[in-house]
Amino acid sequence: MPKVNVASPLRSYTHGAASVTASGSTIAEVLASLEQQFPGIRFRMIDEQNRIRQHIRLFVNANGVTDLSAPIADQDVLHLICALSGG
Amino acid sequence: MTAQTVWIGTRKGAFALQSDEHRDRWALIGPEFLGHVIHHIIQDPRDPSSVLMAAKTGHLGPTVFRSKDGGKTWKEAAQPPAVRVATSNEKGRSVERVFWLTAGHVSQPRTWYAGTSPCGLFRSYDDGEHWEPVAGFNDHPAYTEWTGDGGTPDGPLLHSILVDPRDAAHLYVGLSGGGVFESLDNGASWTPLNEGCAADFLPDPDVPFGHDPHCVVLHPLKPDRLYQQNHCGIYRLDRPERRWTRIGNSMPRDVGDIGFPIVLHPTNPDVAWVHPMDGQSVWPRTSIDGKPAVYMTRDAGASWVRQDKGLPPSQAWMTVLRQAMCADACKRVGLYFGTTGGEVWASADEGESWRCIARNLPEIYSITCSRAFNA
Repeated sequence: MPKVNVASPLRSYTHGAASVTASGSTIAEVLASLEQQFPGIRFRMIDEQNRIRQHIRLFVNANGVTDLSAPIADQDVLHLICALSGG
Repeated sequence: MTAQTVWIGTRKGAFALQSDEHRDRWALIGPEFLGHVIHHIIQDPRDPSSVLMAAKTGHLGPTVFRSKDGGKTWKEAAQPPAVRVATSNEKGRSVERVFWLTAGHVSQPRTWYAGTSPCGLFRSYDDGEHWEPVAGFNDHPAYTEWTGDGGTPDGPLLHSILVDPRDAAHLYVGLSGGGVFESLDNGASWTPLNEGCAADFLPDPDVPFGHDPHCVVLHPLKPDRLYQQNHCGIYRLDRPERRWTRIGNSMPRDVGDIGFPIVLHPTNPDVAWVHPMDGQSVWPRTSIDGKPAVYMTRDAGASWVRQDKGLPPSQAWMTVLRQAMCADACKRVGLYFGTTGGEVWASADEGESWRCIARNLPEIYSITCSRAFNA
Protein backbone atom coordinates (compact mmCIF):
# COMPACT_ATOMS: atom_id res chain seq x y z
CA MET A 1 0.00 0.00 0.00
CA PRO A 2 1.31 3.47 -0.74
CA LYS A 3 2.73 5.44 2.12
CA VAL A 4 1.17 8.83 2.75
CA ASN A 5 3.13 11.68 4.37
CA VAL A 6 0.78 14.02 6.13
CA ALA A 7 1.40 17.75 6.53
CA SER A 8 1.12 18.97 10.11
CA PRO A 9 -2.19 20.85 9.69
CA LEU A 10 -3.84 17.53 8.82
CA ARG A 11 -2.40 15.42 11.63
CA SER A 12 -5.36 16.14 13.90
CA TYR A 13 -7.15 13.65 11.67
CA THR A 14 -4.39 11.00 11.79
CA HIS A 15 -4.10 11.12 15.58
CA GLY A 16 -0.78 12.91 15.22
CA ALA A 17 0.75 10.49 12.76
CA ALA A 18 3.03 12.13 10.22
CA SER A 19 2.98 9.07 8.00
CA VAL A 20 0.22 6.56 7.36
CA THR A 21 -0.62 3.97 4.71
CA ALA A 22 -3.66 3.83 2.49
CA SER A 23 -4.89 1.50 -0.19
CA GLY A 24 -5.53 2.36 -3.81
CA SER A 25 -4.02 2.48 -7.25
CA THR A 26 -5.00 6.07 -8.04
CA ILE A 27 -4.76 9.27 -6.02
CA ALA A 28 -8.56 9.32 -5.78
CA GLU A 29 -8.64 5.82 -4.35
CA VAL A 30 -5.92 6.60 -1.84
CA LEU A 31 -7.79 9.69 -0.73
CA ALA A 32 -10.95 7.62 -0.35
CA SER A 33 -9.00 5.15 1.75
CA LEU A 34 -7.68 7.97 3.90
CA GLU A 35 -11.20 9.29 4.35
CA GLN A 36 -12.39 5.88 5.48
CA GLN A 37 -9.62 5.70 8.06
CA PHE A 38 -9.69 9.36 9.07
CA PRO A 39 -13.16 10.81 8.46
CA GLY A 40 -13.21 14.42 7.39
CA ILE A 41 -9.65 14.59 6.09
CA ARG A 42 -10.52 14.50 2.41
CA PHE A 43 -12.83 17.53 2.41
CA ARG A 44 -10.14 19.67 3.97
CA MET A 45 -7.97 19.01 0.87
CA ILE A 46 -10.43 18.37 -1.94
CA ASP A 47 -13.47 20.52 -2.62
CA GLU A 48 -16.99 19.60 -3.63
CA GLN A 49 -16.07 19.56 -7.32
CA ASN A 50 -13.18 17.17 -6.78
CA ARG A 51 -10.63 19.93 -7.18
CA ILE A 52 -7.53 20.09 -5.06
CA ARG A 53 -7.95 23.12 -2.79
CA GLN A 54 -5.95 26.21 -3.63
CA HIS A 55 -3.33 25.90 -0.91
CA ILE A 56 -2.90 22.13 -1.01
CA ARG A 57 -0.32 20.36 -3.13
CA LEU A 58 -0.10 16.65 -3.79
CA PHE A 59 3.12 14.94 -4.81
CA VAL A 60 3.71 11.34 -5.75
CA ASN A 61 7.31 10.86 -4.84
CA ALA A 62 8.87 14.05 -6.25
CA ASN A 63 6.24 14.72 -8.90
CA GLY A 64 3.42 17.16 -8.40
CA VAL A 65 -0.01 15.82 -9.34
CA THR A 66 -3.15 17.77 -10.11
CA ASP A 67 -5.25 14.98 -11.52
CA LEU A 68 -6.87 12.73 -8.96
CA SER A 69 -7.05 9.91 -11.48
CA ALA A 70 -3.27 9.79 -11.63
CA PRO A 71 -1.88 6.32 -10.80
CA ILE A 72 0.07 5.49 -7.69
CA ALA A 73 1.95 2.29 -7.01
CA ASP A 74 2.38 0.41 -3.74
CA GLN A 75 5.98 1.52 -3.41
CA ASP A 76 5.17 5.17 -4.06
CA VAL A 77 4.84 7.88 -1.45
CA LEU A 78 1.99 10.37 -1.60
CA HIS A 79 2.90 13.67 0.03
CA LEU A 80 0.06 15.85 1.30
CA ILE A 81 1.56 19.32 1.41
CA CYS A 82 0.15 22.63 2.53
CA ALA A 83 1.55 25.39 0.33
CA LEU A 84 3.93 27.86 1.95
CA SER A 85 1.55 30.72 2.55
CA GLY A 86 -0.07 32.42 5.47
CA GLY A 87 0.25 35.22 7.94
CA MET B 1 -27.05 39.45 37.55
CA THR B 2 -25.51 36.39 35.98
CA ALA B 3 -22.05 35.62 34.77
CA GLN B 4 -21.50 36.11 31.06
CA THR B 5 -19.38 34.41 28.47
CA VAL B 6 -18.04 36.47 25.61
CA TRP B 7 -17.00 34.22 22.76
CA ILE B 8 -14.19 35.58 20.62
CA GLY B 9 -13.50 34.33 17.11
CA THR B 10 -10.14 35.45 15.78
CA ARG B 11 -7.86 34.97 12.84
CA LYS B 12 -5.71 32.68 14.96
CA GLY B 13 -8.12 30.73 17.12
CA ALA B 14 -11.04 30.90 19.50
CA PHE B 15 -11.04 32.51 22.93
CA ALA B 16 -13.62 33.23 25.57
CA LEU B 17 -13.93 35.77 28.35
CA GLN B 18 -15.80 34.59 31.41
CA SER B 19 -17.13 37.16 33.84
CA ASP B 20 -18.08 37.04 37.46
CA GLU B 21 -21.74 37.63 38.25
CA HIS B 22 -21.25 41.41 38.31
CA ARG B 23 -19.35 41.56 35.00
CA ASP B 24 -16.50 43.17 36.95
CA ARG B 25 -13.78 40.61 36.54
CA TRP B 26 -13.11 38.80 33.32
CA ALA B 27 -10.94 35.74 32.82
CA LEU B 28 -9.55 34.94 29.41
CA ILE B 29 -9.80 31.32 28.36
CA GLY B 30 -8.09 29.83 25.38
CA PRO B 31 -6.96 29.57 22.76
CA GLU B 32 -8.95 26.72 21.35
CA PHE B 33 -7.95 25.64 17.84
CA LEU B 34 -4.88 27.86 17.84
CA GLY B 35 -4.02 28.84 14.28
CA HIS B 36 -7.48 28.22 12.90
CA VAL B 37 -9.45 31.10 11.43
CA ILE B 38 -12.62 31.36 13.51
CA HIS B 39 -15.30 33.42 11.82
CA HIS B 40 -18.23 32.91 14.18
CA ILE B 41 -19.04 31.26 17.50
CA ILE B 42 -22.63 30.89 18.62
CA GLN B 43 -23.88 29.40 21.86
CA ASP B 44 -27.31 27.95 21.24
CA PRO B 45 -29.90 30.14 22.98
CA ARG B 46 -32.20 27.11 23.04
CA ASP B 47 -29.64 24.82 24.68
CA PRO B 48 -26.63 26.59 26.21
CA SER B 49 -24.63 23.39 26.38
CA SER B 50 -24.44 23.48 22.59
CA VAL B 51 -21.93 25.78 20.90
CA LEU B 52 -21.03 25.91 17.22
CA MET B 53 -17.95 27.41 15.67
CA ALA B 54 -17.29 28.24 12.01
CA ALA B 55 -13.63 27.54 11.25
CA LYS B 56 -10.95 26.91 8.72
CA THR B 57 -7.20 27.23 8.52
CA GLY B 58 -5.29 29.20 5.93
CA HIS B 59 -4.70 26.10 3.88
CA LEU B 60 -7.51 23.69 4.59
CA GLY B 61 -11.14 23.68 3.58
CA PRO B 62 -13.85 25.05 5.84
CA THR B 63 -15.60 23.21 8.60
CA VAL B 64 -17.80 23.57 11.68
CA PHE B 65 -16.82 22.48 15.17
CA ARG B 66 -19.44 21.54 17.73
CA SER B 67 -19.45 21.40 21.49
CA LYS B 68 -22.08 19.71 23.64
CA ASP B 69 -20.60 20.81 26.96
CA GLY B 70 -20.57 24.55 26.74
CA GLY B 71 -17.24 24.75 24.95
CA LYS B 72 -15.11 22.42 27.05
CA THR B 73 -14.63 19.86 24.29
CA TRP B 74 -15.17 20.04 20.57
CA LYS B 75 -15.80 17.70 17.70
CA GLU B 76 -15.82 18.40 13.99
CA ALA B 77 -19.08 18.19 12.06
CA ALA B 78 -19.36 14.90 10.20
CA GLN B 79 -20.60 16.72 7.11
CA PRO B 80 -19.63 20.40 7.00
CA PRO B 81 -21.48 22.78 4.69
CA ALA B 82 -20.70 21.81 1.09
CA VAL B 83 -22.40 22.72 -2.14
CA ARG B 84 -23.67 20.02 -4.48
CA VAL B 85 -21.59 18.58 -7.26
CA ALA B 86 -21.94 20.65 -10.43
CA THR B 87 -23.54 19.23 -13.54
CA SER B 88 -21.44 18.93 -16.66
CA ASN B 89 -22.49 22.30 -18.04
CA GLU B 90 -22.08 24.25 -14.81
CA LYS B 91 -19.08 25.94 -13.32
CA GLY B 92 -19.01 24.31 -9.93
CA ARG B 93 -18.73 26.34 -6.77
CA SER B 94 -17.16 25.32 -3.52
CA VAL B 95 -17.47 26.74 -0.05
CA GLU B 96 -14.38 28.77 0.74
CA ARG B 97 -15.38 29.53 4.32
CA VAL B 98 -18.29 29.20 6.67
CA PHE B 99 -18.85 32.79 7.73
CA TRP B 100 -22.08 32.98 9.69
CA LEU B 101 -24.03 30.74 12.08
CA THR B 102 -27.59 31.21 13.30
CA ALA B 103 -29.55 28.96 15.62
CA GLY B 104 -32.91 27.94 14.21
CA HIS B 105 -36.38 28.60 15.49
CA VAL B 106 -37.21 27.60 19.06
CA SER B 107 -39.74 25.08 17.68
CA GLN B 108 -36.90 23.36 15.83
CA PRO B 109 -34.43 22.81 18.62
CA ARG B 110 -31.74 21.08 16.60
CA THR B 111 -31.90 23.23 13.48
CA TRP B 112 -29.08 25.59 12.59
CA TYR B 113 -28.27 27.79 9.60
CA ALA B 114 -24.91 28.64 8.11
CA GLY B 115 -23.91 31.32 5.64
CA THR B 116 -20.80 30.98 3.54
CA SER B 117 -18.46 32.59 1.08
CA PRO B 118 -19.14 32.36 -1.82
CA CYS B 119 -22.71 33.13 -0.89
CA GLY B 120 -24.43 29.98 0.21
CA LEU B 121 -27.12 29.04 2.70
CA PHE B 122 -27.01 25.76 4.56
CA ARG B 123 -29.15 24.10 7.17
CA SER B 124 -28.52 21.42 9.75
CA TYR B 125 -31.26 19.45 11.46
CA ASP B 126 -28.99 17.69 13.93
CA ASP B 127 -27.20 20.35 15.90
CA GLY B 128 -24.62 21.08 13.24
CA GLU B 129 -23.42 17.52 12.71
CA HIS B 130 -24.63 17.28 9.11
CA TRP B 131 -25.28 20.22 6.83
CA GLU B 132 -27.34 20.41 3.66
CA PRO B 133 -27.52 23.13 1.04
CA VAL B 134 -30.72 25.18 0.97
CA ALA B 135 -31.38 24.63 -2.70
CA GLY B 136 -34.05 27.30 -2.89
CA PHE B 137 -31.32 29.88 -2.46
CA ASN B 138 -28.14 28.18 -3.68
CA ASP B 139 -29.71 26.93 -6.90
CA HIS B 140 -32.02 29.85 -7.51
CA PRO B 141 -32.12 30.79 -11.21
CA ALA B 142 -31.14 34.35 -10.25
CA TYR B 143 -28.32 33.28 -7.93
CA THR B 144 -25.53 34.71 -10.09
CA GLU B 145 -27.42 37.97 -10.62
CA TRP B 146 -28.14 38.32 -6.93
CA THR B 147 -24.71 37.46 -5.61
CA GLY B 148 -22.64 39.21 -8.25
CA ASP B 149 -19.46 38.07 -9.83
CA GLY B 150 -16.66 37.73 -7.31
CA GLY B 151 -17.79 40.35 -4.86
CA THR B 152 -15.33 42.25 -2.72
CA PRO B 153 -11.65 41.39 -2.27
CA ASP B 154 -12.63 39.37 0.80
CA GLY B 155 -15.13 37.41 -1.24
CA PRO B 156 -18.92 37.57 -1.40
CA LEU B 157 -20.60 36.70 1.88
CA LEU B 158 -23.97 35.41 3.01
CA HIS B 159 -24.55 36.69 6.50
CA SER B 160 -27.20 37.98 8.89
CA ILE B 161 -29.38 34.89 8.72
CA LEU B 162 -32.51 35.87 10.61
CA VAL B 163 -35.36 33.62 11.72
CA ASP B 164 -38.69 35.21 12.56
CA PRO B 165 -39.50 34.05 16.13
CA ARG B 166 -43.17 33.84 15.16
CA ASP B 167 -42.65 31.64 12.13
CA ALA B 168 -39.83 29.18 11.50
CA ALA B 169 -40.38 29.39 7.77
CA HIS B 170 -39.87 33.15 7.65
CA LEU B 171 -36.21 33.91 6.98
CA TYR B 172 -34.03 36.83 5.97
CA VAL B 173 -30.44 36.80 4.76
CA GLY B 174 -27.95 39.49 3.84
CA LEU B 175 -25.61 39.25 0.87
CA SER B 176 -22.58 41.49 0.59
CA GLY B 177 -22.93 43.03 -2.82
CA GLY B 178 -26.41 41.54 -3.17
CA GLY B 179 -28.72 42.99 -0.57
CA VAL B 180 -31.33 41.70 1.85
CA PHE B 181 -33.53 38.80 0.78
CA GLU B 182 -36.62 37.33 2.36
CA SER B 183 -38.20 33.89 2.30
CA LEU B 184 -41.66 33.03 3.57
CA ASP B 185 -41.47 29.33 2.79
CA ASN B 186 -38.52 27.96 4.70
CA GLY B 187 -36.02 28.98 2.06
CA ALA B 188 -37.74 27.48 -0.96
CA SER B 189 -38.15 30.86 -2.61
CA TRP B 190 -36.69 34.32 -2.05
CA THR B 191 -37.41 37.93 -2.93
CA PRO B 192 -35.14 40.95 -2.63
CA LEU B 193 -36.01 43.50 0.05
CA ASN B 194 -33.87 46.54 -0.67
CA GLU B 195 -36.15 49.44 -1.54
CA GLY B 196 -34.96 52.66 -0.01
CA CYS B 197 -31.38 51.47 0.47
CA ALA B 198 -28.65 53.43 -1.26
CA ALA B 199 -26.16 51.74 -3.55
CA ASP B 200 -23.79 54.59 -4.32
CA PHE B 201 -21.24 52.24 -5.85
CA LEU B 202 -23.59 51.05 -8.58
CA PRO B 203 -24.04 52.91 -11.86
CA ASP B 204 -27.81 52.61 -11.44
CA PRO B 205 -28.63 53.28 -7.80
CA ASP B 206 -32.27 52.26 -8.18
CA VAL B 207 -31.87 48.53 -8.46
CA PRO B 208 -33.81 45.79 -6.68
CA PHE B 209 -30.63 44.06 -5.51
CA GLY B 210 -26.87 44.48 -5.59
CA HIS B 211 -26.77 46.44 -2.34
CA ASP B 212 -24.26 45.86 0.40
CA PRO B 213 -25.80 45.28 3.80
CA HIS B 214 -23.03 44.79 6.33
CA CYS B 215 -25.21 43.58 9.17
CA VAL B 216 -28.97 43.08 9.39
CA VAL B 217 -30.80 42.47 12.66
CA LEU B 218 -34.37 41.74 13.67
CA HIS B 219 -35.79 42.50 17.08
CA PRO B 220 -36.81 39.30 18.88
CA LEU B 221 -39.73 40.94 20.69
CA LYS B 222 -40.90 43.01 17.73
CA PRO B 223 -39.96 40.88 14.73
CA ASP B 224 -41.53 43.29 12.26
CA ARG B 225 -38.75 45.73 13.14
CA LEU B 226 -35.47 45.29 11.29
CA TYR B 227 -32.36 47.43 11.19
CA GLN B 228 -29.36 47.24 8.95
CA GLN B 229 -25.95 48.80 8.91
CA ASN B 230 -25.30 49.05 5.21
CA HIS B 231 -22.21 50.04 3.26
CA CYS B 232 -24.28 53.11 2.42
CA GLY B 233 -25.94 54.03 5.68
CA ILE B 234 -28.03 52.90 8.63
CA TYR B 235 -31.61 51.86 7.95
CA ARG B 236 -34.77 50.72 9.70
CA LEU B 237 -37.68 48.75 8.26
CA ASP B 238 -41.05 48.21 9.89
CA ARG B 239 -42.96 45.39 8.19
CA PRO B 240 -45.19 44.98 6.37
CA GLU B 241 -43.55 47.96 4.71
CA ARG B 242 -40.97 47.11 2.11
CA ARG B 243 -39.12 50.40 1.98
CA TRP B 244 -36.21 50.97 4.33
CA THR B 245 -35.80 54.37 6.00
CA ARG B 246 -32.32 55.79 6.27
CA ILE B 247 -32.14 56.57 9.97
CA GLY B 248 -28.44 57.30 9.58
CA ASN B 249 -29.38 60.69 8.19
CA SER B 250 -29.81 61.83 11.78
CA MET B 251 -26.24 60.91 12.70
CA PRO B 252 -23.89 63.90 13.04
CA ARG B 253 -22.64 64.95 9.63
CA ASP B 254 -19.02 64.86 10.67
CA VAL B 255 -19.46 61.23 11.75
CA GLY B 256 -21.73 59.87 9.06
CA ASP B 257 -23.47 56.53 9.13
CA ILE B 258 -20.97 54.08 7.75
CA GLY B 259 -19.94 51.07 9.80
CA PHE B 260 -20.03 47.32 10.11
CA PRO B 261 -22.02 46.12 13.13
CA ILE B 262 -25.40 47.12 14.50
CA VAL B 263 -26.61 45.77 17.84
CA LEU B 264 -30.06 45.80 19.36
CA HIS B 265 -31.24 46.19 22.92
CA PRO B 266 -32.60 42.78 23.93
CA THR B 267 -35.99 44.09 25.07
CA ASN B 268 -36.44 47.58 23.62
CA PRO B 269 -36.83 47.62 19.83
CA ASP B 270 -36.24 51.38 19.69
CA VAL B 271 -32.71 51.09 21.07
CA ALA B 272 -29.72 50.20 18.92
CA TRP B 273 -25.99 50.80 18.84
CA VAL B 274 -23.59 51.28 15.96
CA HIS B 275 -19.84 51.70 15.73
CA PRO B 276 -19.18 54.26 12.99
CA MET B 277 -16.14 53.99 10.81
CA ASP B 278 -14.44 56.20 8.28
CA GLY B 279 -15.87 55.51 4.86
CA GLN B 280 -14.31 58.42 3.02
CA SER B 281 -11.91 58.33 0.06
CA VAL B 282 -10.22 54.92 0.13
CA TRP B 283 -12.35 53.66 3.01
CA PRO B 284 -9.93 53.35 5.87
CA ARG B 285 -12.67 51.64 7.91
CA THR B 286 -11.09 52.94 11.11
CA SER B 287 -12.46 55.12 13.90
CA ILE B 288 -13.30 58.53 12.57
CA ASP B 289 -10.37 60.87 13.20
CA GLY B 290 -8.86 58.21 15.41
CA LYS B 291 -11.52 58.85 18.08
CA PRO B 292 -13.53 55.68 18.57
CA ALA B 293 -17.12 55.97 19.69
CA VAL B 294 -20.31 54.02 19.81
CA TYR B 295 -23.54 55.76 18.89
CA MET B 296 -26.83 54.85 20.50
CA THR B 297 -30.38 55.58 19.46
CA ARG B 298 -33.26 55.37 21.91
CA ASP B 299 -35.93 56.39 19.44
CA ALA B 300 -35.53 53.97 16.58
CA GLY B 301 -33.05 56.17 14.78
CA ALA B 302 -34.68 59.60 15.07
CA SER B 303 -31.68 60.75 17.07
CA TRP B 304 -28.30 59.40 18.15
CA VAL B 305 -26.11 59.91 21.21
CA ARG B 306 -22.35 59.60 21.19
CA GLN B 307 -20.89 57.20 23.76
CA ASP B 308 -17.13 57.33 24.15
CA LYS B 309 -16.42 57.59 27.89
CA GLY B 310 -13.48 55.34 28.63
CA LEU B 311 -12.53 54.83 24.99
CA PRO B 312 -9.21 56.29 23.88
CA PRO B 313 -9.66 60.01 23.12
CA SER B 314 -7.30 60.09 20.15
CA GLN B 315 -4.89 58.14 17.93
CA ALA B 316 -6.98 55.00 18.31
CA TRP B 317 -7.63 53.62 14.85
CA MET B 318 -10.02 50.83 15.57
CA THR B 319 -11.86 48.62 13.14
CA VAL B 320 -14.81 46.61 14.43
CA LEU B 321 -16.07 44.01 11.99
CA ARG B 322 -19.72 43.18 11.43
CA GLN B 323 -19.85 40.18 13.75
CA ALA B 324 -17.61 41.71 16.40
CA MET B 325 -20.09 43.58 18.53
CA CYS B 326 -22.91 42.31 20.68
CA ALA B 327 -25.16 42.95 23.67
CA ASP B 328 -25.90 40.68 26.57
CA ALA B 329 -29.35 40.11 28.02
CA CYS B 330 -28.76 41.56 31.46
CA LYS B 331 -31.24 44.07 32.85
CA ARG B 332 -28.62 46.80 32.60
CA VAL B 333 -27.48 45.73 29.17
CA GLY B 334 -23.82 45.02 28.67
CA LEU B 335 -22.17 45.75 25.35
CA TYR B 336 -19.00 44.28 23.92
CA PHE B 337 -16.92 44.87 20.85
CA GLY B 338 -13.70 43.41 19.54
CA THR B 339 -11.24 45.14 17.26
CA THR B 340 -9.02 43.95 14.48
CA GLY B 341 -6.20 45.14 16.75
CA GLY B 342 -7.06 42.36 19.19
CA GLU B 343 -8.79 44.32 21.95
CA VAL B 344 -12.11 43.57 23.59
CA TRP B 345 -14.00 46.52 25.05
CA ALA B 346 -16.97 46.20 27.39
CA SER B 347 -19.66 48.41 28.84
CA ALA B 348 -21.82 47.34 31.76
CA ASP B 349 -24.08 50.37 31.49
CA GLU B 350 -25.52 50.30 28.00
CA GLY B 351 -22.61 52.13 26.47
CA GLU B 352 -22.32 55.00 28.93
CA SER B 353 -18.80 53.96 29.84
CA TRP B 354 -16.28 51.55 28.43
CA ARG B 355 -13.21 49.65 29.54
CA CYS B 356 -10.83 47.31 27.83
CA ILE B 357 -11.18 43.77 29.16
CA ALA B 358 -8.70 42.02 26.89
CA ARG B 359 -5.67 43.03 24.85
CA ASN B 360 -3.08 41.42 22.63
CA LEU B 361 -5.45 38.95 21.05
CA PRO B 362 -5.19 38.15 17.37
CA GLU B 363 -7.33 40.01 14.85
CA ILE B 364 -10.90 39.68 16.10
CA TYR B 365 -13.58 38.59 13.66
CA SER B 366 -16.45 37.75 15.96
CA ILE B 367 -17.80 38.71 19.39
CA THR B 368 -20.92 37.01 20.72
CA CYS B 369 -22.14 36.58 24.25
CA SER B 370 -24.40 34.46 26.36
CA ARG B 371 -25.04 33.53 29.94
CA ALA B 372 -22.18 31.48 31.27
CA PHE B 373 -22.90 27.79 31.00
CA ASN B 374 -22.11 25.60 33.99
CA ALA B 375 -22.24 21.94 33.16
